[in-house]
Amino acid sequence: MYSDFEILETIRMFQEQHLDVRTITMGISLYDCATASSKETCRRIYDKICGKAENLIRVGEDISREYGIPIINKRIAVTPISLIAASGETEDYTVYARALDRAASSVGVNFIGGFSALVHKGLTRSDHHLLSAIPEALATTDLVCSSVNLATSRTGINMDAVALMGKIILETARKTADRNAWGCCKLVVFANAPEDNPFMAGAFTGPGEPECAINVGVSGPGVIKTALEAVRGRDLGVVAETIKRAAFKITRVGQLVAQEASRRLHVPFGIIDLSLAPTPVVGDSIARILEEFGLETCGAWGTTAALAMLNDAVKKGGTMASSFVGGLSGAFIPVSEDEGMIAAVTSGCLSLEKLEAMTSVCSVGIDMVAIPGDVSASTISAIIADEMAIGTFNNKTTAVRIIPVPGKKVGDTVHYGGLLGSAPIVAVNPASSADFIGRGGRIPAPIHSMRN
Amino acid sequence: MTNKSKNTAVITVVGRDRVGIIAGVAGLLASRQINIKDISQTILDDVFTMIMLVDLAGSRFDIKELAGCLDALGSDLGVSIRIQHADIFDAMHRI
Repeated sequence: MYSDFEILETIRMFQEQHLDVRTITMGISLYDCATASSKETCRRIYDKICGKAENLIRVGEDISREYGIPIINKRIAVTPISLIAASGETEDYTVYARALDRAASSVGVNFIGGFSALVHKGLTRSDHHLLSAIPEALATTDLVCSSVNLATSRTGINMDAVALMGKIILETARKTADRNAWGCCKLVVFANAPEDNPFMAGAFTGPGEPECAINVGVSGPGVIKTALEAVRGRDLGVVAETIKRAAFKITRVGQLVAQEASRRLHVPFGIIDLSLAPTPVVGDSIARILEEFGLETCGAWGTTAALAMLNDAVKKGGTMASSFVGGLSGAFIPVSEDEGMIAAVTSGCLSLEKLEAMTSVCSVGIDMVAIPGDVSASTISAIIADEMAIGTFNNKTTAVRIIPVPGKKVGDTVHYGGLLGSAPIVAVNPASSADFIGRGGRIPAPIHSMRN
Repeated sequence: MTNKSKNTAVITVVGRDRVGIIAGVAGLLASRQINIKDISQTILDDVFTMIMLVDLAGSRFDIKELAGCLDALGSDLGVSIRIQHADIFDAMHRI
């Protein structure tokens, strides 16, 4: 039925190469929870989440046990709260964050995403309330994640919101200064945010999504790295083919888990997110895959080319393995969550500028990068603006999850523990962008013909 | 997934060779009415490796319960014993 080789290959992927399903994320629409009373809305939100996700943890653990597949996280993504809270009487949206936090805690998930707003063209009154509640919401809850979409290729970049987010990120850092600005680990801004992304901190259930859906994020950098070790010195065509084959197998695991979870929870299957997501564990690093291509260190010249190829080959292998692929789908390059990235930054070979270049060919963006706490809001906004431009003008998703750590300087390292890992503080170009950010307004959408 | 594989699981035993590994695992399975459909055994890089294909159709035990029993047996025998639903191998190695 199966050869010994096939069985042992699978066992080794799980036991030695850290193959896992990174997350089963249940998307839940909250549209029917909106009322004119914030108290009633919060009650409905809590009840709906607890009802829909009642069995999520148990089913996840059952599948994990029966198939021998580690499933690391079970999570929930809800409709952006700025859409649900709009008709409520309160301007203090932290009450909604606390309702989400309580619900997440009750069902036992480790994060809930959707304290979010979509402001790529402008801010509604409700969006303003949500954005101003973000620092307090992230400081006073444990499990709530927040995301804001600031730009799309169709509408351009909302630079007023970009300017605002620089200040909000700094304020979030200040409010969680005692935990090394931990609040900023739960806050991400996007260009072209996907509506079905299962990964935190950016997961939310977009307006086009169904009542409830199961979205699954797979992982497996270690499997790709091991596969590439067997073809050392061969040409890049062989490398691409090897990655595709490994990505196919990884994705099939995700597809199996997604189908089973969907069947057992009586919730439709949404998408598989083909992302290669690293963890701080040795052997689970994207940077080490890039080095396996033949680079001395991640960040060396050639890194962008290698990453582009890796990202593309993962997608090509993965799309063959699943009919419904979505979310972010590509290679993640979060610095603090990747042992090889941390080493590359610490050795001085990987700068913020090189990370920016890498984001032009992969998902998702400047992710989990810690910077000195004294960087100005306008500089943070300018970093965001650059990243939004890369996404908007290249028709791809990009994001920024940056952590200005109060009291820390280049050379220091901050520790978050668990999957969030530890982050060396990265140097930021000291020249000012204040007048640019101070202009405000919108950057028009790019022309969609004459593409060069 | 086909019905054929619905009750099929793969058991893998990896560890240092010693007397009684196969007897131990087979005894545990027999006492729970679990049929062994296929069995293979090799020494790979000095490591004893046994792979069994088993049918759970006639047993009242499910994979989760068996995993617990096999874990305990593995500790007694000083080897690692895993049981996984066969669908995972189908998904990965068959198109």
